[in-house]
Amino acid sequence: MYRSQKLAVRYFVAAVALFGVMIIAGLLSALYYLHPSLLFDVFNFNMAKIFHIDTLVIWLLMGFMGAVYWFLPQELGREVEGIWLAEILFYVFCAAVAVVSVVFIFVQYGGSNEFSLWFINQGRKYVEAPRWAAVGIVVVVLTFVYNVVATCIKARRMTGILWVLVLDLIPLTLLYLDAFPALTNMSTDLYWWWWLVHMWVEGTWEVLIGCIMAWALMDVMGTSRRIVETWLYIEVMLVLGTGILGLGHHYFWIGTPQYWLSIGGFFSALEPLPLLGMVVHAIYDAGAHHMKTNNRPAFYWILAEAFGNFIGAGMFGFMMTLPQINLFSHGTQWTVSHGHFAFWGAYGCGVIAILYIAKQKISGVNFLDGRAWKWGFGLLNFGLIGMVGGLLIAGIAQAFYERAIGGSTLMAFMAGQENPWFVSGMYARMGFGLIFAAGYVVLVYDLLSAGKHAPKSAVKTQAP
Amino acid sequence: MDIQDPGFWRAGAISTTAVMLVVLAILTIDSLQDIRAGGSHVPKYDVINQQIGYQYDWTRRMDVPVIGGQQLLFGKLYTEAEAHALMRKGKLVIQSRACMDCHTFFGNGAYYAPDLTKAWLDPAWQQIWMPMTAAKTREDAMVMFLMHPDRYPTWGREMPNLHLDESEAQAVVAYLKWMSAVDTNGFPANFGQTQSQQ
Repeated sequence: MYRSQKLAVRYFVAAVALFGVMIIAGLLSALYYLHPSLLFDVFNFNMAKIFHIDTLVIWLLMGFMGAVYWFLPQELGREVEGIWLAEILFYVFCAAVAVVSVVFIFVQYGGSNEFSLWFINQGRKYVEAPRWAAVGIVVVVLTFVYNVVATCIKARRMTGILWVLVLDLIPLTLLYLDAFPALTNMSTDLYWWWWLVHMWVEGTWEVLIGCIMAWALMDVMGTSRRIVETWLYIEVMLVLGTGILGLGHHYFWIGTPQYWLSIGGFFSALEPLPLLGMVVHAIYDAGAHHMKTNNRPAFYWILAEAFGNFIGAGMFGFMMTLPQINLFSHGTQWTVSHGHFAFWGAYGCGVIAILYIAKQKISGVNFLDGRAWKWGFGLLNFGLIGMVGGLLIAGIAQAFYERAIGGSTLMAFMAGQENPWFVSGMYARMGFGLIFAAGYVVLVYDLLSAGKHAPKSAVKTQAP
Repeated sequence: MDIQDPGFWRAGAISTTAVMLVVLAILTIDSLQDIRAGGSHVPKYDVINQQIGYQYDWTRRMDVPVIGGQQLLFGKLYTEAEAHALMRKGKLVIQSRACMDCHTFFGNGAYYAPDLTKAWLDPAWQQIWMPMTAAKTREDAMVMFLMHPDRYPTWGREMPNLHLDESEAQAVVAYLKWMSAVDTNGFPANFGQTQSQQ
């Protein structure tokens, strides 16, 4: 194993640990809806929510970085340049996450001044981490970019996947600089904030996971480079062709001009196209290789990624994205339902697939399979779909009773939250959340034990 | 043209991305003009000196803010600079207390607590909090609630006391008044339903 791959494993361990923290914070957030007095004035909902969504971003980011550190030396046949710096910064990254967590638990918020934003809480959704920590993330990401670019230069070799990756890392880094401003005007603040959130999640991250999945398909199914690179270009063309102006669906109601209703509605309606392309790609590849794979859990998680991305991000997004519907669905649990499905389908499943690819190599087995992964796969996906369903029921009730009938006032909000459909949806989310958490436990168990007892010889590329 | 050639799709990816980025850049330049304080969609900060309403516009077929005559906030006429400073403070309170991780602003946030886009216009201030706090004006009731939400609970899901002093609470109220005057293309629809000017 390359040193870079050892670093990748460290990133994977950290990512899985933060995935666990995300689930605990998510369960806690869900519980507040059922028992609002829980930990009141000790650890309020907003802090649990911050933990839930910030660890989501960080565990996926660590998963992506780990995946690149894993595949990059394989792609270029050499050690990653400047790996010693990346190794040091991994610990700096972890230490920063730990310090921010301590501050979020014990300090939570400060006075209304710049000091609070620099050292306690920035209070901007997804980028609540204080500015000093955001500076740290920029340094880590810049080092990561340096590692990738310098390794390509030293190797004097570029593949199509690497070109896409390198070009994608530029906006990925630049957009994060948007984590710092605290503009007075909420409209301009949200305008730029969406550049970060949307362009990361529906732009640069989609391209990044596309590169990672391209390597994964070559690894797990032996798909030819020509095919994966062709699909990668198609995906980039469709993701950025629809997603850049698809940004407009966040500009319907923040004070922006009315033309965004048409532009955002039209391009977001097209956003499922690249995700449908990924499904076609996955089915095509699986069929072309007669479902043969050397790593069954990774193979199934890749398939889950393709379908989850299309249904969760694509279809669920489309369902609520047209302005005529979004006027009522916006800012309700309907959005939460879409968010859960999309993040899971687009990124969560993909990162787990990479974990199994790494696991296979570490175990030294030629064919990875077993029973536990199936339980993990089933529980996690069943739990997630159940949560999404519960949130969707709650969200639709909210859209009707709070937004459409009630007119979104405080009383309408309360009426919506107390509506039996809403409440039952919240109970369903809690129950399925526990199933999801059980799936996480099985996943961790399987990652720690999978392949342990499998024979290390005999190449077996098997059909399921 | 060989669609099986990766180079064909690479060219497609580069050109499509470039075109979309150029279009986005143009739209952004235009949008930033409209959403600056004093732009066509976002009022100047000293709009807090005026009456603000929210009415259905039959031409645009959506609810729009209506700016009326003078209506002082906390009995004071703010200059543009004073209003700007007040808004700056209000925004810092909103960020430092992570309001967005319970509430939503223009529908963006955490969905656990009410959307604050048109909170200034919410009839609940007159119907519930003015009698509860014995305040004479809506803004005074809002300040008292924001400073001591634990003293004025309305339902099971309470707002925690985030230790706002009076000047911070006033800044938040001013911010909410300004925000209610932003043209949000009709979101939220039918707010308060029978609401006219407040």
